[in-house]
Amino acid sequence: MTASLPDAATLIDALAAAIAPGFDPDTRIVGIHTGGVWVAERLHALLRSPHPIGQLDISFYRDDFSRIGLHPQVKPSNLPYDLENRTLMLVDDVLHTGRTIRAAMNELFDYGRPASIKLAVLVDRGGRELPIRPDFAGLVLDVPAHQNINLSRLDDGHLSLSIA
Amino acid sequence: MNPQLTADGRLRHLLTLDGLPRAILTQILDTAESFMDVGEREVKKVPLLRGKSIFNLFFEPSTRTRTTFEIAAKRLSADVVNLNIATSSQTKGEAILDTVDNLAAMHADMFIVRHSQSGAAHFIARNVAPHISVVNAGDGRHAHPTQGLLDMFTIRRYKGAFHNLTVAVVGDVLHSRVARSQIHALTTLGVPEVRVIGPKTLLPAGVEQMGVKVFHNMEQGLAGCDVVIMLRLQNERMRGALLPSAQEYFKFFGLTPEKLALAKPDAIVMHPGPMNRGVEIDSEVADGPQSVILPQVTYGIAVRMAVMAMLAGGNS
Repeated sequence: MTASLPDAATLIDALAAAIAPGFDPDTRIVGIHTGGVWVAERLHALLRSPHPIGQLDISFYRDDFSRIGLHPQVKPSNLPYDLENRTLMLVDDVLHTGRTIRAAMNELFDYGRPASIKLAVLVDRGGRELPIRPDFAGLVLDVPAHQNINLSRLDDGHLSLSIA
Repeated sequence: MNPQLTADGRLRHLLTLDGLPRAILTQILDTAESFMDVGEREVKKVPLLRGKSIFNLFFEPSTRTRTTFEIAAKRLSADVVNLNIATSSQTKGEAILDTVDNLAAMHADMFIVRHSQSGAAHFIARNVAPHISVVNAGDGRHAHPTQGLLDMFTIRRYKGAFHNLTVAVVGDVLHSRVARSQIHALTTLGVPEVRVIGPKTLLPAGVEQMGVKVFHNMEQGLAGCDVVIMLRLQNERMRGALLPSAQEYFKFFGLTPEKLALAKPDAIVMHPGPMNRGVEIDSEVADGPQSVILPQVTYGIAVRMAVMAMLAGGNS
């Protein structure tokens, strides 16, 4: 069953508005595949970032690889700039256990040593298993462990949040 | 049942490309594609196989294949042990199993096996504990699946797809495990026309049953090809009276710029190495603009990473 959630575009607008006041234009925005890249693309436009967005597929860094194996459709990570001493805005759709963010930070450090990393997520649903917290969250919800929050992209490009 | 696959259809060992479904081949190529950028990073490693021990068991010498397996394993953060085991061709199965059992007792997770006898990797795979995977790195005249896969990866990178290609495999198909793996992969991936070109003495009897067209005249065989794969001619074939001389062979089956001009203008030239320049291939072609022989070596690392990652993941 699916309960109603706020409109994803409205949430991204609010997220961008929260980030904008202290946003250094030299910051590089990095989205985590797949939903995080969609959110990053919108933030990139709303924040008028002059730099290309980076894309991270954390499949090679997951901590459950030996249990569930490799995702069959790993997309190449693409960070079209040197990370050394950069300020990064890491973007994901849903923050849950924090394991994805742990994997993403490990991967980023294999590209170089960033000066700082901030974390922006569309939804912080609680349930953390690691000491990780977002710097910016479009929506904070307390979701029971057995439920999932999912961001999908419709054929017309609109993003839609659902809970099941 | 295919001993290379688990009950739910995942890769368990990689022993031969014969009988592997297209979906698995495509999955390996796609996974290799995603590993391509790891070699470009500041830290050329990903942590997927951290804590795993991979043993390169080479009963037959090979520098390049062993090195690319070693680099691939290290880029996945595995620990690698190289064992070059001198054997006579009489080495008994029990002796091989003793070696394998000892290494298993050292908590090996994967064996990469090269052996001069066909079936050696299958034999080891049948006798290892369930958590250990075996990769065939070449067994006798039988198969060399990772070479076949890296050749497919090379073709897909340069030609984009398989369904519209004419591919020629030229030379000593009879003794070539590489050729067998290539032909199985090409037909499985849907290449509509696979040709083999060579003298009658170097083509296996009944090779047509593998779904290929046979040519004994190189000029005719090369006409209209998109991909030309040259095979290494081993010198000992000359002594075995299968061929008159290297010069004679080069005249009829060596790839020269003149013969290559009969293929399509954008045809690529491949070779599994090491090359015999002036025997099966002219230096002008080997070092020329249509040659993709060195990219094949680079792609071999990504393809072997993909195979090892698919074997090691999801089975604990």
